[in-house]
Amino acid sequence: MISLSHYLVLGGILFAISVLGIFLNRKNVIILLMAIELMLLAVNMNFIAFSHYLGDIHGQIFVFFILTVAAAESAIGLAILVLLFRNLHTINVDDLDQLKG
Amino acid sequence: MRDSLIQFAPALPEIFVLAMVSLILVIDAAVDDGKRTIAYVLSLVTLAGAAFLTVRDFSTMPVLALGGLFIDDPLADVLKLFLYLTVAAVLVYSRDYLRERGLYKGEFFVLSLFALLGMMVMVSASHFLTLYLGLELLSLSLYAMVALQRDSSMATEAAMKYFVLGALASGMLLYGMSMVYGVTGSLALGDMAQMLSDGTDLRIPLVFGIVFIVAGVAFKLGAVPFHMWVPDVYHGAPTAMTLFIGSAPKIAAFAFAVRILGQGLESQVAEWRDMLVILAVLSMAVGNIAAIAQSNLKRMFAYSTISHMGFMLLGILAGSQSGYGSAMFYVLVYALMSLGGFGMILLLSRAGFEADQLDDFRGLNRRSPWLAFLMLLLMFSMAGIPPAVGFYAKLAVLQAVVEIGYVWLAVVAVLLSLVGAFYYLRIVKLMYFDAPHDTAPIVASPDARLIMSANGLAILALGILPQPLMAICVHAIGASF
Repeated sequence: MISLSHYLVLGGILFAISVLGIFLNRKNVIILLMAIELMLLAVNMNFIAFSHYLGDIHGQIFVFFILTVAAAESAIGLAILVLLFRNLHTINVDDLDQLKG
Repeated sequence: MRDSLIQFAPALPEIFVLAMVSLILVIDAAVDDGKRTIAYVLSLVTLAGAAFLTVRDFSTMPVLALGGLFIDDPLADVLKLFLYLTVAAVLVYSRDYLRERGLYKGEFFVLSLFALLGMMVMVSASHFLTLYLGLELLSLSLYAMVALQRDSSMATEAAMKYFVLGALASGMLLYGMSMVYGVTGSLALGDMAQMLSDGTDLRIPLVFGIVFIVAGVAFKLGAVPFHMWVPDVYHGAPTAMTLFIGSAPKIAAFAFAVRILGQGLESQVAEWRDMLVILAVLSMAVGNIAAIAQSNLKRMFAYSTISHMGFMLLGILAGSQSGYGSAMFYVLVYALMSLGGFGMILLLSRAGFEADQLDDFRGLNRRSPWLAFLMLLLMFSMAGIPPAVGFYAKLAVLQAVVEIGYVWLAVVAVLLSLVGAFYYLRIVKLMYFDAPHDTAPIVASPDARLIMSANGLAILALGILPQPLMAICVHAIGASF
C-alpha cells in the first residue's frame, strides 16, 4: 500500500536533487533549466498527494497553474539562454563571471 | 455563492490595467519608431486611471472578492497608490536614458505595466494561488526587462542569474506552500489563520513549510543569505531597469511578506520570528560592510538595499500592528529614496556615458548645486541622519523592536547603521569637497528635473512632518488586520 508519506518522501528527494542540481552544476545552463523544471514537478507531486489525501480539489487546481507558469518560465529562460549564447558564445555556467564584487 | 463569485468591482483597477496593457501592446505594434511616445503617454494615462479607480473605490474595511482569491482592504489600496506613483516616476526618469540607448520601445512600457499588474495582484492577494501568480507575473516581467538590452553581455548575464535564482526562490516558496497546505488543508489565508489559531498537532511539517516560505520571501526581498542575485542584477541591468527593480517591487515584497506571515501564519509568530531575526542581522551586517568596498554606485546601492531590507524585516518580525505599520512606513520611504538615488544616476547619464561610478559624482556641487543638494538629502536619508525622513523610518522600526523586548537587536541595528553612514557620507564628501573629473554640462529633461526636485524635497518634508504618512500606514494596517 502506498501511503501519503511515500509520496512526500519522493517529492522531497526530487526537490533535493533539483536544488543540488542548481548549486553543484558548473557546466551547462540548460541543466539549470532542467533542475528548475524538476523542482516545480516535485512541488506538484506534493500538492497532488496532499490534495488526494485531504479530499480537497484546490490543491490539484493549483497544480494546473504551476504547470502553466512553469511553461512560461521555461520560455523566458530559453529566450535569455539564446541571448546569452549570442553575446558570450558559451553556455558554460563558469563563464558567467563578468559581474563580481 | 453566485454573488461572491461575480464580484468583480473590487478588482476594477487590475482589470483596467490589464485592458490598457493589452491595448498598448496592440497600438505599439502598429506604430513606427518615431511615435513611441504614444506608448509612453498611454502608460502614464493607465497609471492615472488606475489611481482614479483606486481612490474612487477606496475601501474602509476588507472586502473579499472573486471567491476568496482577492481582497480589497485599506492596506492594499494605500500600497497600490504608492505603486502607481513609483512606476510613474520610473517612467519619467528613464525616458531619456532609454531613448539614448535604443531601448525606448513598447516592450519596456508593456513589461513595466505587466510587472505593475503582478504587484497589484500580490498586494491584494488573500490566497496562495493569487500570491503565487502575482509574484510570477512580476518576476517573469522583470527577467525580460533586465534582458531587454539584447547586445549587452552584462545585461544578459544579469538576466540569467536573476532568472535562475528567482526560479529557485519560487520553487522554495511553493514547496513551503505545499507543506502548509498539507497541514491546514486550505490555500486561503483567512481559513488557514483560523485553522492554525486552533492549534495543530502537525508541528514538524508546519515548521518545515514555514522555513521554506521564509526562505522564498527572503530571496525575493534580497535578505542575506539569499542575497547573491541582488548586486549582480543591479549592476548588470541597464540603470532604468535597476531603478524599476529597486523601487516598486520592494513595496510588493513587503505586502507579500505581511500577507503570508502576518495574516496567514499569524499564530505561528514564535516560529518565524527567530528566522527573521537571523535574516535581519545578517542582512544589515553584510549589506553595510560590503557596500564600503564598492566603487560602482549601482553595486553600492545594491548592498545598501540589502541592509535596508534587513531593517524593514525588523518591523515585520515584531509581529505587532505597530511593527507592520513601521515596516510599511520604512518600505514606502525606502522606495522613495531608491527612486531618487537611481534617478540621479539616470539624470547624470547621457548618450554613451553611464554615471554609475563613485568618481562620476566628484565635484557635483560645482556642476549643479541643486542636484548635489538633492543627492545630499537622499544620502542623509539613507544613512538615517535627521532631518531627512530615513531617520524617522529607522526610529519607528526600532521602537517596534524595543516594544517586544528585543533591545539587543535594536542596539545591533543602530551600530550597523553607523557603519553604513560611512559610505553614504563618502558620496557627500566627493560631491562637495572634491574637484570634478567630468565637466560636461548636465543634460536632463525639465520634467525629470522637476520630479527629482519633488522627490528630494518630499524626503525633507516627510522628515520634518512624518506624522501624516505614519498615520496613513498605521490606519491602513489597523483597518486591514
